[in-house]
Amino acid sequence: MKNIFLFIRKYLTFLSFLLLQVIAIVLLSNASKTHQAFFASAANEVTGGINKRYSGFRDYFGLKENNRILAEENARLRNMLASNFVAPDNSKQHFVDSLVKDTLGRYRKYTWLPAKVVSNSYTLQSNFIMVERGSDQGVKKGMAVASPHGIVGVVVETAPNYSKIMSLLHRNSKVSAMLKKDNSAGSIEWDGTDPNYLTLRNVTKGAKVIKGDTVLTSTYSANFPSQLMIGTVAEISSESSSNFYTLKIRPSTNFFSIQYVYIIENSRFVEQTQLENNTPKNP
Amino acid sequence: MSNLLKNIIRFVLFILFQWYILDQIPPLHRFIVPYLYFLYILWLPFNMNRFLLLVVAFLFGLSLDFFTGTYGLHAAPCVLIAYIRPFLLNLLIPKDTAEQSYVEPGRKSMGWAPYALYVGILSFVHHFYLVLIEWLQFGNFVYFIGKVAGTTAISLLMILLVEMLFARTGRHRTN
Repeated sequence: MKNIFLFIRKYLTFLSFLLLQVIAIVLLSNASKTHQAFFASAANEVTGGINKRYSGFRDYFGLKENNRILAEENARLRNMLASNFVAPDNSKQHFVDSLVKDTLGRYRKYTWLPAKVVSNSYTLQSNFIMVERGSDQGVKKGMAVASPHGIVGVVVETAPNYSKIMSLLHRNSKVSAMLKKDNSAGSIEWDGTDPNYLTLRNVTKGAKVIKGDTVLTSTYSANFPSQLMIGTVAEISSESSSNFYTLKIRPSTNFFSIQYVYIIENSRFVEQTQLENNTPKNP
Repeated sequence: MSNLLKNIIRFVLFILFQWYILDQIPPLHRFIVPYLYFLYILWLPFNMNRFLLLVVAFLFGLSLDFFTGTYGLHAAPCVLIAYIRPFLLNLLIPKDTAEQSYVEPGRKSMGWAPYALYVGILSFVHHFYLVLIEWLQFGNFVYFIGKVAGTTAISLLMILLVEMLFARTGRHRTN
């Protein structure tokens, strides 16, 4: 017994070094799995508060660009207003139906919630974006996130007033996508090297891809609405040993200057994912 | 100003500078990420208890991790360089002169050449370990070593700038 104490005392520094290293590695390897770790939520509230002040100060530098984007979007939305369209004869009158559930049986599937970005990273292998809108304001885990230019990522963690988004620039992110031209599906990933480019895998070689083709979100995704902009093809590489293309995509979202995003709620998300995850009991 | 107070202020300033300024710069090249925060650990006093040094390094790395959202990623390399630091200092400086009369490592207390070697080795080790656990594998070896070398070069350049901007007075230890 005495020898053990002597040993511990002799190698105290080395043992504590090992212990701290092990703690750090365990934290790191669990980070992606246990997003509900007890301190993660509390720490998010604290760092979120500091980040909010800083971002409020930094916003002044981006006002001009943001104004332009908002004005552009306003113009586009105004063009879609029903009042812009005049019927050629006035024997019939056009009414805008304001019911949530309309009489033709259509229902609202997607709701877009605006959110302000308070922190953003793009220099690491696993990048996250924090926004000021949390579970108290209706954000849930798994919701899709888009910017005015294209998709941004998926919500992975929520606090009462802030939530954390796994950006497309994260090595574990995976979004189902398709080519606009012929709807051939694939999946958008990031290899962790260059934040200017994403990777589109598993596109069949039957598709006739050329540089500059548009890539949209596919119809198979549970959280993303279909046909949202992702980016354009920048480089095509095909290995002769595989039946699939690997395409380099230039994202249409500018990840270096995001300030406002939309969180997209799918009202049938739970229903769809539950059915997808159900394994049939007697196949 | 007391040594403790000075180091607490430095702790906060290094973290805020790293996250709010260096991490917000759009990447210049895929090899280059500017890191400066670990200089805090290189500047800690000579006579600090080695156990305390490890704990402070761990807390320092972890507080940057709270901002980046990757718990443990920066803490691990910080603990590693804090562990290597005393061995390196013993090798680089003559026992009875600098460590006895100066408070903390710097170009005045150690001389330019040993100090540059000390900073160079520790920043290389820090970046090597950081990129390694970030990838959890070697992957493309040329990419790996290119990223470590590029990041180290930028860090050394920034440390040189810091040394020229802030002439830390090599204060003698008062007894």
